[in-house]
Amino acid sequence: MNQMMLAEAPAKMTGAQIFLRTIHDLGVDTIFGYPGGVLLYVYDEIFKQDKIKHILVRHEQGATHMADGYARVTGRPGVVLATSGPGATNTVTGLATAMMDSVPMVCFTGQVPVQLIGNDAFQEADIVGITRPCTKHNYLVKDANDLERIIHQAFYIASSGRPGPVLVDIPKDVTLATAEYKGIKQVTMRGYKPQVVPAAGPMEEAVELIYQSKRPVLYMGGGIVASNASDLVRQFAEKLRLPVGITLMGLGGFPGAHDLSMGMIGMHGGYWANMAMNNADLLIALGPRFDDRVTGDLKKFAVKAKKIHLDIDASSIGKNVAVDVALVGDAKQVLEKLLKIVDKDPERARAFRESITSWHDQIKRWRDEHPIYYPQDMNGVLRPQYVIQSIYDITGGDCIVTTDVGQHQMWTAQIFPFNKPRRWCTSGGLGTMGYGLPAALGAQVAHPDETVFCISGDGSIQMNIQELATAVQFKLPVKTAILNNFYLGMVRQWQEYFYGHRYSNSDLEAGMPDFVKLAEAYGAVGFLCNKPKDVEPILRESLKVKKPVLIDFQVAKEENVLPMVPAGKALDDMLLA
Amino acid sequence: MERKHTISVLVENEFGVLARVAGLFSSKGYNIDSLSVSETIDPTLSRMTIVTHGSDQIVEQIIKQLNKLVNVITVEDLTRERHITCELCLVKVRIEHKADVLKAAEKLRARILENNSHAIVLEITGDEDDLHKAFEALKPFGIMEVVRTGMIAIQRGEHVLVEGKGK
Repeated sequence: MNQMMLAEAPAKMTGAQIFLRTIHDLGVDTIFGYPGGVLLYVYDEIFKQDKIKHILVRHEQGATHMADGYARVTGRPGVVLATSGPGATNTVTGLATAMMDSVPMVCFTGQVPVQLIGNDAFQEADIVGITRPCTKHNYLVKDANDLERIIHQAFYIASSGRPGPVLVDIPKDVTLATAEYKGIKQVTMRGYKPQVVPAAGPMEEAVELIYQSKRPVLYMGGGIVASNASDLVRQFAEKLRLPVGITLMGLGGFPGAHDLSMGMIGMHGGYWANMAMNNADLLIALGPRFDDRVTGDLKKFAVKAKKIHLDIDASSIGKNVAVDVALVGDAKQVLEKLLKIVDKDPERARAFRESITSWHDQIKRWRDEHPIYYPQDMNGVLRPQYVIQSIYDITGGDCIVTTDVGQHQMWTAQIFPFNKPRRWCTSGGLGTMGYGLPAALGAQVAHPDETVFCISGDGSIQMNIQELATAVQFKLPVKTAILNNFYLGMVRQWQEYFYGHRYSNSDLEAGMPDFVKLAEAYGAVGFLCNKPKDVEPILRESLKVKKPVLIDFQVAKEENVLPMVPAGKALDDMLLA
Repeated sequence: MERKHTISVLVENEFGVLARVAGLFSSKGYNIDSLSVSETIDPTLSRMTIVTHGSDQIVEQIIKQLNKLVNVITVEDLTRERHITCELCLVKVRIEHKADVLKAAEKLRARILENNSHAIVLEITGDEDDLHKAFEALKPFGIMEVVRTGMIAIQRGEHVLVEGKGK
């Protein structure tokens, strides 16, 4: 063990030592990074210690998505380390992805020495300027004496309030300069005090609105997962027997297989769930943000419903949709108090549960009319939905699932019932292709004993395929299931429906790699599967292999994701199977 | 309905803060009619006065988004309070009608900062209306150049912008 990690504060250290020591103090066990010229003092210190594991990625974008996957499954900030210039700019997509989905992350970038900043030095980029709009906050550290405090602030900002990515840019000379390591325990900031404790009045009002409603829907978003409030939401829904519509980001925040779950809502939500949303007389929005993929045409969205909106970010409330009751605060604290109000009068809650029976009957009728449907009789054709169903059946749902972006993502969200939070990683807001594999690696690093599946597409997987090398090097046995239809499937689907079947540049067949050989070239294991009867044996075999696995599921080429609310249409105006 | 709003913002006096505020307005597509910023008596703080316009919903978003910035300490929409606004401008006027210009300057209570054979430079302060009237009065004599500080504003009465409010 290196002396620096053992030193008692105060002690003189270099910036590089303070960096490592401080993130260690903050509980960081893993860095996802890639070295470069300005980071060599830092990498030298990484070499000398064994407390913090460094996962060497193959592209800095991969590092950001790994940190993101790590953060989503643990709730702790993922940590990225990238060099200056191109290393730093390669993190932008991952930062924007984390920003849109409120994922805690701290990204450290190397910078050219302070004296050279602004001189167009080799590998210089103004990464603080570049990432200002796609981080929650960012810093340039100009003095080693500020480094420890800034790192503490960065972690506090990233993980408190509405979580998000924070970038800390550290010039090379700051990593070499000596400063005092103070052993800071906590930080306060004049301008940053997230409101977590809600005001009491609106909560009474919210419960009263619920009791007055006849067709309530609990509209649940990712804020519930971020706040670790899943158990409380479940109690709340059960006590009032509220049907629950879940956003893409909220999946797992409420058990997908629960009687009250209506599954996913929105553009590819179930018919019954969207009908319930748009016919409700009350939406109890707990931690969603009324995203356009959920609301469809805002002018026609849930017009009959009063709205209660809980969010820790006051700017989310009233941004897209006017609300009747605003609950600003941490979901966990708000729900604890809402439950207390409900528990004061169990008789009233019981009467309410009974009073909404006909509403539940109506939702069931909608569900029976148009269930999520795909042909079971496959005549030897491998359907993508069947692969997803099989992954669920074979694992019993006991696995972490990441996806990329497109049809496979929506099918997974529709078909795979996520019953627990923090088992589902997908790029919901930014829609980042290339997210799935590195996110799966990050999740696997956090939970080495869990089964981690990356469900991907033939387009998406090629966007960060180089991270197979990271998987092999660090023995991360992630199972990647490519639903290969030789198309950018979602683009093709839109072109089929809305652009006269003109498949402009969405056909990937020419140049499609042999994924089995590709896997083997990296030292991973590859399987090809194009028959329904082979799905189960191949999945079982892949689970036995203690290595990264890539399975090329060659599926029906022109399968569509349905139901679908065409962009800009009302939520109840769906294309159905 | 769109309305003009005058928003006062206390921020940490650090590099990059102005870029964050300006960047917020440009990235979200909000309007900035004027923006002025300077250090306060407490050298760790700067105060901005932002004049913007938009619907009530947009202005509510502007205030919430400003509050989200880590370096922003207090945000207040002075339009909701009784307040005083003031702006300073320097006007360079041609000398051909010097006597008339000086007469107008007296009427406008302008300070004369330069008066020579090349130009007359006047300092005029007032609210938007006052400045507008001054420009109209001076235009016939030939305005060569105008430079304005942007609006600043302060609440009337005992109220002051303090740390912590609204966060």
